[in-house]
Amino acid sequence: MISRTNKEANNSGTIIRVKSVFFSYDGPLILEDINLPVNRGDFLAIIGPNGSGKTTLLKIMVGLLKPQSGQVFLFEQKLEDFREWFKVAYIQQNATYLESKFPISVGEVIASSLYASRIMKGKPSAWGKEKTLQVLELVGLSGYQKRVMATLSGGQQQRVLIARALASEPEIMLLDEPTTGVDHHTQENFYDLLGKLNHDYQLTIVVVTHDYGLVNKHINQVACLNRKLIYHGRHEEFCQSSAFKELLEGGHHLIVHQH
Amino acid sequence: MLSTVITSGFFWRAVLAGGFLAVACGLLGVFLILRRDAMISHGLAHVAFAGVAIGLVLNFLPLVVSLLVCGAGSLFILKLKEQTKLPGDAALAILSSAGMALAIFLVSLRMNFGVELMGYLFGDVLAISPVEVWLSVALAFIVTITILVNYHQLLYMTFDRETARVAGVKVGNLDKILVILTAITVVLGLRIVGLLLVSALTVVPAASALQLSRSFHQALILSTIFSLTSILAGIVLAYLINLPASAGIVFLSIIIFLVIVGLKGLPRLSRR
Repeated sequence: MISRTNKEANNSGTIIRVKSVFFSYDGPLILEDINLPVNRGDFLAIIGPNGSGKTTLLKIMVGLLKPQSGQVFLFEQKLEDFREWFKVAYIQQNATYLESKFPISVGEVIASSLYASRIMKGKPSAWGKEKTLQVLELVGLSGYQKRVMATLSGGQQQRVLIARALASEPEIMLLDEPTTGVDHHTQENFYDLLGKLNHDYQLTIVVVTHDYGLVNKHINQVACLNRKLIYHGRHEEFCQSSAFKELLEGGHHLIVHQH
Repeated sequence: MLSTVITSGFFWRAVLAGGFLAVACGLLGVFLILRRDAMISHGLAHVAFAGVAIGLVLNFLPLVVSLLVCGAGSLFILKLKEQTKLPGDAALAILSSAGMALAIFLVSLRMNFGVELMGYLFGDVLAISPVEVWLSVALAFIVTITILVNYHQLLYMTFDRETARVAGVKVGNLDKILVILTAITVVLGLRIVGLLLVSALTVVPAASALQLSRSFHQALILSTIFSLTSILAGIVLAYLINLPASAGIVFLSIIIFLVIVGLKGLPRLSRR
């Protein structure tokens, strides 16, 4: 599914490196001196209170926002020089930001991204069709390609966006609160899917989330953010850390699954 | 009666120019509505109108001058949107009133072209000259081909702009391409339905198509069919019963729209 040859060719450890990043929107600092590496195979959860800069950090990591100072490296290249964007999949906060009356079929959602990226270059259209079927099956939506996007539930739409991202065979997927507004059961299924992609296909995943209790059985890395990076490290050690206790005292309800 | 239609050069010129323009409008309109930019063609029409007035004052091909002015105006609107933090429609309102003011000022300088200018206000498809026909056909063809060549990128950007950007789609360039295509279409529409109705060409057929479509390419096909039907039937009606073509074209497209909306509403009413 996710091209292995690509992986073997570029097997260096760090996929994203955030270096001394500062950011503000014409006002107080939103992010202060952030240093954060994301390594191949990581499943990293970025957590923190509202307004702590989580979404901003994610947008900086994919180049949608420019930091005031500091630098982001993707696959060891400066972000400004990076061109292989098909390796990077970005999934925004739940699918409801999409125009609900947009007449687009599931198949078209995936095809438009396949043909708009370089991945289809020199490949026959049959390859694209085959790919569409594969990724829909992977996210549990076989047979949905003719369905209108607007008629699907929020959880299903989110799966279509994951399928679209997978179609271009990315090496890293970054998701911004992907399950806001969908029910608990759907959320659990969704994170199980991410866990499977990380475990079975070695897809590197970064997820900004409030649902720490839901992701923590799949992740191996935690970054706890509150303007500064309060904690970054292995998930198991995080639960013993002072940052974790601070979060709990701050009124965060965290259900923790211990491995 | 019909035989005079078939042998009339005016009629065939109108059909040729109108038909090609219809395809460009049908395709473009779907993107404009879904980008929430339906009013851009109305705003740009005012700019194009100023361009026509400049051309008439200079006594140099009004359609060509209008293309240049309107193309520049369309890029200026994008720039204004970026730099002033105004919502797009405010920037559009400023530029369209500037265009209209300029046209009025120019008319006051040389009143003798007022009548000719009226042709661009209300449209006069049967008065279209052979040169204008070929220009219209060529430009409408360029608009259509550009949309089809960039189809997937345009669809991706329209549906999900930020993700498209991260995926490497050059959204800034595509924005420019889309406004320039709109500017070209508007200038061509000016000759056929006139300043006041030009936005109907880009908006109404697409709006009808969006009521029925279950996929994006279906929306494009239906929009083009509705656009072709109303423009061509409007021209035939204009020739047969001496109705102004512009009014006929817009009436027909609005009738199509109302019929579709009515038919969609029917099952809901009967269930009550």
